[in-house]
Amino acid sequence: MDKVLNKNLEEYKELLKNFINTQDERSLYKVERMSKSFIRNSVLPEEIVNLHIQAMDELYPDIANSFHHSMNFLLEAMISYGLAHQEFQLLREQQIALKSEISIAARMQETLLGTEKPNIDGLDIGVVSVPAHQMNGDYYHFLKGNDGMLGLAIADVIGKGIPAALCMSMIKYSIDSYPEESMRTNVILESLNRVVERNVESNMFITMIYAQYFPDESILRYSFAGHEPAYYFNAMKNTFEEVNTKGLVLGVLPNATYSQKELELEKDDMVIFLTDGVTECRDDGRFIKIQEVLNLIEQYKHLPAQDIVDRVFKYFEKLQDFTLRDDFTMIILKKEV
Amino acid sequence: MNLTVNVEQNKARAFVKLTGEIDVYTAPNLKEKLLPLTKIQNQVIEVDFSGVSYMDSTGLGVFVSALKSTKENSSSMRLVHLDERIYRVFRITGLIEIMDVHRAIKGGEE
Repeated sequence: MDKVLNKNLEEYKELLKNFINTQDERSLYKVERMSKSFIRNSVLPEEIVNLHIQAMDELYPDIANSFHHSMNFLLEAMISYGLAHQEFQLLREQQIALKSEISIAARMQETLLGTEKPNIDGLDIGVVSVPAHQMNGDYYHFLKGNDGMLGLAIADVIGKGIPAALCMSMIKYSIDSYPEESMRTNVILESLNRVVERNVESNMFITMIYAQYFPDESILRYSFAGHEPAYYFNAMKNTFEEVNTKGLVLGVLPNATYSQKELELEKDDMVIFLTDGVTECRDDGRFIKIQEVLNLIEQYKHLPAQDIVDRVFKYFEKLQDFTLRDDFTMIILKKEV
Repeated sequence: MNLTVNVEQNKARAFVKLTGEIDVYTAPNLKEKLLPLTKIQNQVIEVDFSGVSYMDSTGLGVFVSALKSTKENSSSMRLVHLDERIYRVFRITGLIEIMDVHRAIKGGEE
């Protein structure tokens, strides 16, 4: 650092002399550039005052004593600013380290919770799930049973951030351990509720949908635990209906019970699942109404399911100036034949 | 946006008046003021939502922990004057079945 200062002493002296003699704007501009290079090289404020004292001593050896003393006084007054600056530097380094740790955690989350869209006979599936921050608090998971059945879990962990994301791994591994094909959707939720209730903090809970689609019968069976309703699009009538079952969010009461309902799908019928990130979208303080989402879907209904969800997401992303306030997840199941 | 939490306590009853938005930034302050009230045996708490324009899921989390705490400490909590949007959140999550929640309706209270 001394080297930087010595190298700069001559230049600083020159600029200062110039400015004292001519009040030339260019010297000011140059010293401003110099100060930027000081910041880059972590030069402390008191070191700059010291540089100034040295330069003045060399330029005007017979300068008034009182001025000389005042500068040493100023030097002392700057010391706390120097300490604050050092602290700021340290925090900045720590923040960079933290950011990289979170991005490792986010990558781990992707690996741990990764799920692939399965091929199910006669069913077209579209998925979009975008986190508002690095870690996603929304979660979905597909399972494919031996008999061609599709299992679908969608969840939103309340109590955001890293603990929420970790909580999702717990849900996923619990589901993986179930003999899922032989379990009813409501029984799966009851069992998950007990796991969650025992293992999460009191202000954390999970809203969830568990659904199973049986291609042989074209029947969707489902249970809801405090989650946003889904929507059933009846292609023949060209209408949307709310789909849900009553049930408490997971993690609040140990003995909560859930119910199951079912829906028979015909050709081109769709079921649209969402998280509240979709309905909590705010456009200039105005909330997006669900009707707006459904109108868009209706407009794109002839497209493949993936194209529909992509277009709906792009529309709302644009409305919100590309900054999501909440994680956004939408899944569409569309019956092909 | 801020949230003011105004607590008035007389004997076994506490009135909590909320004004503003309950979100991830303001929820910690709410929790800090609400939770200690639920820990007082037999305390009856009434939370007035008439000044609340928005509540996100973090806010809901605060009321869930408060609810759990009332059960452990035999205190009770009642939420009143919720606007439609906030009431809907309690309805969808199934919490109205286990909590004492009342929405605001024109000319009075449900």
